[in-house]
Amino acid sequence: MGRISAIGIDVGSTTAKIVGVDEGGELVWKYIEPAHPRVEEQVDRFLRKLEEENGPIDGIPIVATGYGRNLVHQATRKVTEITCHALGVFRQLGHGGTLIDIGGQDSKVIVIGPSGEVVDFAMNDKCAAGTGRFLENTAGRLMVKLDEMGQLALSSEEEVPISSTCTVFAESEIISMIAHGVRVEPILKGLHRSLVKRVVAMVRSVGLVPPLMLSGGVVKNPAIRKMIEEETGQKVTMPEHPQFMGAYGAALIALRGKRRTNA
Amino acid sequence: MKRDWRASIRYYWNVKVLGNAYLRWQRWRMERKGPPRRWRTDILAPPLKIGARTKELISRHYLEGRYANGHKPVAWVTSGAPVEILQALGYYVLYPENHGALCGARKVSVEISTEAENAGYSRDICSYARTDIGAMLSGKTPVGKLPKPDLLFACTNICQTVLFWYRVLAEHFKVPLIVIDTPFVYTSPQEYSIQYVKKQLENAVPIAEKVAGRKLSYKKLKQVMRYSRMAAELWLQVMERGKNRPAPISVFDQFIHMAPIVEMRGKPETVDFYAAMLREVDDRVKKGIGAVRNEQRRLLWDNLPIWYKLRELSEYLAERGVAVVASTYTMAWGELAPLIDPEKPFESMARTYIQPILNVGTGKKLEKMKRMIEEYHLDGAILHSDRSCKPYSIGQVDQRNRLIRDYGVPALLLEADHNDPRSYADEQARARLDAFIEMLY
Ligand code: SF4
Repeated sequence: MGRISAIGIDVGSTTAKIVGVDEGGELVWKYIEPAHPRVEEQVDRFLRKLEEENGPIDGIPIVATGYGRNLVHQATRKVTEITCHALGVFRQLGHGGTLIDIGGQDSKVIVIGPSGEVVDFAMNDKCAAGTGRFLENTAGRLMVKLDEMGQLALSSEEEVPISSTCTVFAESEIISMIAHGVRVEPILKGLHRSLVKRVVAMVRSVGLVPPLMLSGGVVKNPAIRKMIEEETGQKVTMPEHPQFMGAYGAALIALRGKRRTNA
Repeated sequence: MKRDWRASIRYYWNVKVLGNAYLRWQRWRMERKGPPRRWRTDILAPPLKIGARTKELISRHYLEGRYANGHKPVAWVTSGAPVEILQALGYYVLYPENHGALCGARKVSVEISTEAENAGYSRDICSYARTDIGAMLSGKTPVGKLPKPDLLFACTNICQTVLFWYRVLAEHFKVPLIVIDTPFVYTSPQEYSIQYVKKQLENAVPIAEKVAGRKLSYKKLKQVMRYSRMAAELWLQVMERGKNRPAPISVFDQFIHMAPIVEMRGKPETVDFYAAMLREVDDRVKKGIGAVRNEQRRLLWDNLPIWYKLRELSEYLAERGVAVVASTYTMAWGELAPLIDPEKPFESMARTYIQPILNVGTGKKLEKMKRMIEEYHLDGAILHSDRSCKPYSIGQVDQRNRLIRDYGVPALLLEADHNDPRSYADEQARARLDAFIEMLY
């Protein structure tokens, strides 16, 4: 078919994504799976799947991004997720601003300039507080499904504050609350608040340049979006495929490189 | 201190006769050999020739230390202490911070600081202090043996950690401790603060004299001050050569060659050393040799080095055409040179030692960084947020934001610790550095 002109692969800590774009840089094909420790095999599988559905990929440039990018030997180039996210979101939303990306094991704040360039960025500290892992860990403890957490949190009027930012300590804090008969929903609300506060502190450290944008797997959670708006007083916009922005940006870079070599 | 003629014989034989001959031979060999095999000559200029002398000076310094007890009075001092008084009195001076850095660079700081942690010292304490206390408790050191102090000399112009750290040492070694308290300078130093510090310095003399068992000669003190000033001026000039494009030496070179100006200030051989270094650096400028072969971008470094990552970071950056050419840290040992006035030793020591970078307001550091960005034509800055060194790291978030706002240059806050690799996460640091480099191009 040949409608795919460039490929982007984002190997994150929790999920791996692949995106194909056409000549004009439109996202035409995408696929996501939980991240596999054998990155190369997984990427091979991704590429085969892409070929089955879209035809041969010989000669199509591939750019890899994400934590595992250096393990993607099929890629022609490797670029950090900061640059890729900025490009992907910029292309989809058509403007700069401040992007919050909350991923499985790291969150980042990127200030994007008027032409899609990275002006500044911040990433979470050396621990998993303020990332998706924080919610994931406690979801297991509270026996609620990860994708129901946000709704449950929003359903509660009450909110109990969680003081530990450390994922492991927050867990023990929650256990003791449950033991004292506190209901699950207010705890969940407090938990989301704690994560959001962490992320918003990161936004403050680089300085918020509106508009505020959101991407990453965790933004599917409605409570996160709502609380970010509450904490920053800013309306949040989201791209159509928030989880694929890294891979999309990577594909755009691959496309750019291709144009440059063709020219 | 008690003098012991047997110790003196041991000192002369092992240091002056055997040691000197061996070290000279080693230097001669090093000067003739090419760069070490591990040296990445594809991305870096060959190592500075002066390196052989740096090695000789430092090895001799620790060798002297090894045989100093009983022959010379020994003092342990903080890096910002007015050491000229002790030099003039003939002390052997040991800098636990430099020793700590050496342990870091040789990658034994974790093992040694664990000794302190096992004894109950918290990991939140500065890693230099932990390394030193660990060495004190266990006797572990990569330099053979450290001499026991007869006197401890701490100056609070770098941090408050030293105040408590040196009290621990005083209790352990049961020797006198002199503390010079330097009031914080918010904008410019107050005259009464200077007088207060001067008075303390004068009061310190009789104690240092008593321990040394000799009187301070003012003639000697003035001479030491002259050497101090000359060496600091030369060091300043060496660093300022970094304004050239390409920069003849990088900040990583400075980190390695700064040991003499810190721990051998006031000695004539230190002056000779920096004069020779300046000649070599000037020669590089003339020939257009850059420390980084393919210098494309130039950066500022703020805060202490990450001692156990020096080589990795330097190679990582050089591979990407990035030269780090100026740093607030190495500058601290040169920028105050003009304040040293040998004719007014106490007055000028008070004036100098009250205003090192860590004893002045954070706004001053910001001004300094801005000046460096302009004068050294820098494209960005790396601010090492040092978990250990709170006084250096405070204010960095704002400083970083100001640099970005006022100069439009990218600036990265890199979280680490100068001496504790357990506070350095390779993957995370790499992710930040990669993204930062992409912003530079
Ligand atoms: S806290 Fe900072 S100034 Fe104080 S000893 Fe440690 S590194 Fe040096």
